[in-house]
Amino acid sequence: MDVLWESETQLTVRQVGSRLTDRDLAHTTVMTVLDRLAKKGFARRERDGRAWLYRAAASREAYVTELMLFALDQTGDRSAALASFARRVSGSEARVLRRALETGGDSAGS
Amino acid sequence: MLSPVLVLATLAVGLVPAAAELAAARWPRRSPAAAIMLWQAMGLGWGVAAIGTLAALGADPVGPGVAGGAFAVLDNAARNVAREVRPPGFLAALRLLCLGASAALLALLCWVLIAAAGAVLRDRRRHRALLSLLAHGDPKVPGALVVDHPAAAAYCVPGLRSRIVISAGALDLLDQAELAAVLAHERAHLRERHDLVLLPFTALARAFPWSVLVQRSYASVALLVEMLADDHAARRRPARELVTALIRVGSAGSPGSPAGTLAMADDEEAEVADSGVTARVERLLTPSPGLSLPAHVLVCGAAAALVVVPAALLVMPL
Repeated sequence: MDVLWESETQLTVRQVGSRLTDRDLAHTTVMTVLDRLAKKGFARRERDGRAWLYRAAASREAYVTELMLFALDQTGDRSAALASFARRVSGSEARVLRRALETGGDSAGS
Repeated sequence: MLSPVLVLATLAVGLVPAAAELAAARWPRRSPAAAIMLWQAMGLGWGVAAIGTLAALGADPVGPGVAGGAFAVLDNAARNVAREVRPPGFLAALRLLCLGASAALLALLCWVLIAAAGAVLRDRRRHRALLSLLAHGDPKVPGALVVDHPAAAAYCVPGLRSRIVISAGALDLLDQAELAAVLAHERAHLRERHDLVLLPFTALARAFPWSVLVQRSYASVALLVEMLADDHAARRRPARELVTALIRVGSAGSPGSPAGTLAMADDEEAEVADSGVTARVERLLTPSPGLSLPAHVLVCGAAAALVVVPAALLVMPL
């Protein structure tokens, strides 16, 4: 997928394989992976003669934003898909919390 | 002898103020596990009692028990239809209406649960697919995935193929000890499948967004689940690490507002009055003793009775 994101143009399976220089992958392996990405909607492809031309469906940044939006938007009723560690607190609440931490630290003697 | 209709109706109605009472109570914070069990029993008990009240209203009082009486009415109606008798009398029609309402409520509650589970599974599958493309491991947080984004986020994706995710922003924000506390907290969520505990309450919260009581119940259980995971983490790590991690992640703004949409989400969340973080911090800093044994027995007994009594009333011939 990184290869597709870095490329400005559409790529054939063979071009993707040749750019994955750090790994020695079989042509069919690359083909299978790209096929799977296309089926999941992460890559778009067009027929060019007998070969498929692949490109990323959206930029890497767009996907990161989608991921984080979903992760930070866990205010409750919308989805239970994830479990966030801590919700956002308001400014005044944050001040109270910091004070609680200071006094709590004193009593604990640390 | 009390009629089952009366008992079931009393239960169904009485559980409403009881839920409001439990949502406002302080003792659940001392023993989240017991309180969660009571919430589950109340939810299940209310469902059975409400469905049962309608069924009991529709059931033939001379039939054996509510379930048997309901079948007697249906059987009778079916036979009348088969014999092409004139439409049933007013009383029989009213009975069928009550039985229909009972079946509709049962179907609605089941549907709500299935729809919520479906939505959750769909969201998780998409999220895992994105993570497999974007996230990478990091030696600072063994066993967790890191997403390169400046906003502070730490969360887990529950399921059979569970994931713990830490954003690069959170990685910068927290020191090594705090990260370990966060990981311990998230692992507790995953190990005990807290998402399954929360799912029925999420389903109700989604189905009845206008009901203040349902929303408060959901918020209570969600907070108790967090406290449960906090307790697990605090058993393994010093509570103070968890507290500082909570405060840092909770009060972190999105640095430089990386995307307009993210900044918007922050504003929206700032309006939420009680995030629950304060309550979690308070009980971690000044731990109170758990419930006494008699209190524990009382809670467990109440939970058992809430499930057993309405269910027994439905099947037992009276």
